[in-house]
Amino acid sequence: MTLAANSASNGIAIDAQDLTRRFGSFVAVDHITFDVKAGEVFGFLGANGAGKTTAIKMLVGLLAPSEGTAHVAGADIRTQRDEIKRSIGYMSQRFSLYADLTVRENIRLYGGIYGLTPDQIAERTKRMLDNLGLSGSVDDLVGDLPLGWKQKLAFSVALVHEPKIVFLDEPTSGVDPITRRQFWELIYAAAARGTTVFVTTHYMDEAEYCDRISIMVDGKIVELGTPAELKEKYRTETVDDVFVRLARGATKGEAA
Amino acid sequence: MSNAVEVHSVSKSFGAVKALDDISFEVRAGELFGLVGPDGAGKTTLFRILTTLLVADSGSASVLGLDPVKDLWAIRSRVGYMPGSFALYPDLSVSENLEFFAAVFGTTIEKGYELIEPIYKQLEPFRARRAEALSGGMKQKLALSCALVHRPELLLLDEPTTGVDAVSRREFWDQLGRLKSSGLTIVVSTPYMDEALRCDRVALIHGGRILEVDLPQSIGARYSLPLIAVKGSNRFALLQTLREFPSARSVYLFGDELHYSDKRVNADAGEIAAEVKTFLAQHGHADAETAPITAGIEDSFMELMGSAPAPKAEAA
Repeated sequence: MTLAANSASNGIAIDAQDLTRRFGSFVAVDHITFDVKAGEVFGFLGANGAGKTTAIKMLVGLLAPSEGTAHVAGADIRTQRDEIKRSIGYMSQRFSLYADLTVRENIRLYGGIYGLTPDQIAERTKRMLDNLGLSGSVDDLVGDLPLGWKQKLAFSVALVHEPKIVFLDEPTSGVDPITRRQFWELIYAAAARGTTVFVTTHYMDEAEYCDRISIMVDGKIVELGTPAELKEKYRTETVDDVFVRLARGATKGEAA
Repeated sequence: MSNAVEVHSVSKSFGAVKALDDISFEVRAGELFGLVGPDGAGKTTLFRILTTLLVADSGSASVLGLDPVKDLWAIRSRVGYMPGSFALYPDLSVSENLEFFAAVFGTTIEKGYELIEPIYKQLEPFRARRAEALSGGMKQKLALSCALVHRPELLLLDEPTTGVDAVSRREFWDQLGRLKSSGLTIVVSTPYMDEALRCDRVALIHGGRILEVDLPQSIGARYSLPLIAVKGSNRFALLQTLREFPSARSVYLFGDELHYSDKRVNADAGEIAAEVKTFLAQHGHADAETAPITAGIEDSFMELMGSAPAPKAEAA
């Protein structure tokens, strides 16, 4: 049995082995090894410049590793990038929707990119907007929606092709506290349906919402576990305290 | 002069969107004052009015005792402003940017150095680097240095910590504490509720309206509903079950807990906690723990947001 087939059948969504990326003499990601279970909400934490974005780019097939490898939804990130793109969804920090297209047009665009049929697109558009309570805004320009609605819509659009794994890069930045929590309920609902969620955030209370978290410092994963395990280990009340203790020793980020 | 900033009934619309809707508050001299609210609350519009870059539709404001419309040049030379988006010259070096801002204000880096030294010292190893090639944290330090180089009496910072990691955010607030103790008045906006606790006083702002102005501790203390913290496994199921409890008013995720508020305003919180625990045990959550707690500023913000009429900007 190949490693890929093995990891897919083991209920492992992401499996990284010594994943490394260098830029010249700078080691942005330094031999990281971890796995993410299928259906898990996995928080990928780290200070600015710790190497999170570089690691995510490799996992979604946008950047080749210098060394090591990873399997994402059973596909090898070095050789099966097209397979990976079909089985993941991605929502970036600020924006993944087109502001000058309507809600319906955005969904149709992304559905089309992922090869859904017109019938599938129509059915999923209706279901998505019913769930979000956005049915009345289907012909509004996305640019005219309040930020919180945009973020919730962008998340749903990232799931339009029913991916096995969704990558969320700071999805709640700048959003009000109620909408942030509604967003996390959408994340929980997706995970309950079996979607694996890989999420980055600077809000440490959100780190507490994850099943497991990893903390990256200077390109390395220095800690990985459930929020409760890490708080117990460092004898602190919050993940924020764990994070600050580990990330304060960082040296690379600011020089980058 | 006891107030560094006064804002009286200021409103500002952009087309159909009411960015600021009858805003009033004051900032005392020497205070570290926080404007706390999400993106789109109106924080940037307010800063632009105070820095003379935008004129209010109605109402009035005073900045260091001056009128932002009539006395714009006087205000500009006495106020330091760090806008939310990076506004330095990307193709000038670190030291060239700083020299430029000093020259614009008719001063030199040396004259203002005492104030910026603790911040600028960390930048000196990169003084010849172009601003665009700096990391996020270093850009932020350079922008702060440029806003301080003319030794302003009032510093206005628009979301200086958005997108910044938890460690750098703490360090930035430590810097603000140092600047405040040098006598500077500081108004800072943030979407992070935890940063409110580092301010002397805060205004909670949402949908163009001020929800509350007070000491950060007092805002939490004024929360009047019985509030219960609930802990247990399978949090999503727990949350959904809890919402089924007949007198549930709101249930929110909150760190490693859920915060539950009850419709029965005058009921005893201890009794409610016991009732909720029994209800959860009967519905498959035998391990759930409940305890009455004191509300924090984020509980208050959500309660005020939820009970305020829908902001007009959102309906547009």
